[in-house]
Amino acid sequence: MYLRNVLGAASALSLIALGSADAENLVIATVNNGDMVRMQGLTDDFTSKTGHTVEWVTLEENVLRQRVTTDISTKGGAFDIMTIGMYETPIWAKNGWLVALDDLSAGYDADDILPAMRGGLSYDGTLFAAPFYGESSMIMYRTDLMANAGLSMPDAPTWEFVADAARKMTDKDNDIYGICLRGKAGWGENMAFITATSNAFGARWFDENWAPQFDSDAWSTTLNFYLDLLGDAGPPGASTNGFNENLSLFQQGKCGMWIDATVAASFVTNPKDSTVADKVGFALAPDTGLGRRSNWLWAWALAIPAGTQKESAAREFIEWATSKEYIELVASKEGWANVPPGARTSLYENPNYKDIPFARMTLESILSADPLNPTVEPVPYVGVQFVAIPEFAGIATEVGQEFSAALAGQQTAAEALDKAQALTADAMEAAGY
Amino acid sequence: MARAVTSRRKALNTMIAWAVGLVIFFPILWTILTSFKSEAQAISDPPLFLFFDWTIENYGVVQDRSDYMRYLWNSVIIAGGSTLLGVVVAVPAAWSMAFVPSKRTKDILLWMLSTKMLPAVGVLYPIYLLFIELGLLDTRTGLVIVLMLINLPIIVWMLYTYFKEIPVDILEAARMDGATLRGEILHVLMPMAVPGIASTILLSLILAWNEAFWTLNLTAAKAGPLTAFIASYSSPEGLFFAKLSAASTMAIAPILILGWFSQKQLVRGLTFGAVK
Repeated sequence: MYLRNVLGAASALSLIALGSADAENLVIATVNNGDMVRMQGLTDDFTSKTGHTVEWVTLEENVLRQRVTTDISTKGGAFDIMTIGMYETPIWAKNGWLVALDDLSAGYDADDILPAMRGGLSYDGTLFAAPFYGESSMIMYRTDLMANAGLSMPDAPTWEFVADAARKMTDKDNDIYGICLRGKAGWGENMAFITATSNAFGARWFDENWAPQFDSDAWSTTLNFYLDLLGDAGPPGASTNGFNENLSLFQQGKCGMWIDATVAASFVTNPKDSTVADKVGFALAPDTGLGRRSNWLWAWALAIPAGTQKESAAREFIEWATSKEYIELVASKEGWANVPPGARTSLYENPNYKDIPFARMTLESILSADPLNPTVEPVPYVGVQFVAIPEFAGIATEVGQEFSAALAGQQTAAEALDKAQALTADAMEAAGY
Repeated sequence: MARAVTSRRKALNTMIAWAVGLVIFFPILWTILTSFKSEAQAISDPPLFLFFDWTIENYGVVQDRSDYMRYLWNSVIIAGGSTLLGVVVAVPAAWSMAFVPSKRTKDILLWMLSTKMLPAVGVLYPIYLLFIELGLLDTRTGLVIVLMLINLPIIVWMLYTYFKEIPVDILEAARMDGATLRGEILHVLMPMAVPGIASTILLSLILAWNEAFWTLNLTAAKAGPLTAFIASYSSPEGLFFAKLSAASTMAIAPILILGWFSQKQLVRGLTFGAVK
């Protein structure tokens, strides 16, 4: 009896000790956007379920990218979970910097992750980052201005239709511009849009031998089309407009159409911030009939840096934050319009979510993007609006500066393309391609 | 002989000075005004200057989401600690350069300043690796050391310039009276140089308070100062200008108040080299 009591007490003590040893404090690096901020507010739910606590390091996207790259490449261990995108995931996984997420629990239902997201966040068929939310790009347009122009937006328009509509909707005297597009230089700014658009025009960054293709007719057509369209129907100062600037213009009723991230749909339809919330329609990003549309594919995803001491707790957090239950938690607190979109198939089968006006077009946009076959002609790289090689960010930022300068009228399209070809060729040669 | 200045000229100079001052201050004023707007008002076109629905909602949101006091305390420790440590190192260095110069003193001074011309990112990886090795990552101690080293050339230069204005005869007299080196610096030189040291401390405090490269890159969840607090409200995908402005106003308020009360010393410190 005595022995049994001693053993019982010892077991209880060891369980307590195990429990307290298991409770970890996780440090998570993330970006400052609506969905991530919302998650920070709901962290108590995770803590109450697991006992683990969470500390957040929230940074602007570009600062975060530099910060986590420094830490993971030096094995600094400052973060237990990192928020990364589709660009970093395959590169970092190839370097062995990330923990494979190949044994997630059965209840998590990893097969429910949208195939496009899973493909973009995997390396060699293994998932290395779990999508927190995903996005593509689509057309957001003013239904009233479109009707005034005597046009009706099809679900899957061509660039010819969009350009014609943009010119007809433009009313510069009343400060209304037919189309707002990204012009600010940066690989994630104007180059995300222009690269995705170039796919629809049959252009590609590199041929199968990694030779740059900016001297091709397809690139010339793409850039001239973009410059002419924004010149005729774009807002003044378009070369300095990024996502936020165009969002602001659209919300104030100054854009007839805006082609940008699908997550913007919830902003432009929110009557608290948007003056045109009840006059917005959605359509797929345009094409030119060559079999590729101009939409991109992106996901903000959660990944575990290799070598973390808290892998198990980090895995628990990722399962919590990217689970179906989390989506339901957000819906119960903030409504279905505010749940993180674009990550799970089941969300788009949920009858509550189907009522959201932009849900169908968001899903169709995501499904129509293929990061493994992004272009009309074959390419040696993965990525729709980027090329998943470490050199791309630097090269594309420089190319973006040339294109932005052309949009500002400082040089012609031909000059910008010549410079883009030369600098890309130099950089690729230096990188050993 | 001083030139006579007419009252009309004086008024003109005052007006120009006010105009220039307002232009320089305008971005800060605009940030403060934006912090009291809603997000929709913050981006309205034409911009709203004073006539909008004033709200303190953004401050509430920022306060709810972030532990402002923790960031503020980190800023105080890091800026104060690095300044204090910098002055302790720089006073003997400046004394030696000002009163017992060698053939290479000028070269050393210029070399020290040249380190400020190196882009910080060029040494990010070596310093990051050192921090990992020494366990200094995300610690206030680490940032105190780094910011002290970064501001040291400026602190030494300012103190050197100020010490050069003090007649060496006074120090020699102290030595003749039997003062030790420590006594000479602590009881003779430093009391005479109080205004110069004060303005140096103020400038170093401001530089350390505003430093954003190292404070963002060497911290994570624990040691982040107010620069990290501001950075957490910046976003390229989403309009958070009003909240960002509220965070910025909260971050600059302490240093703005300090600068306001000590502007005389600050101006003297920044200009004494130019008026010699």
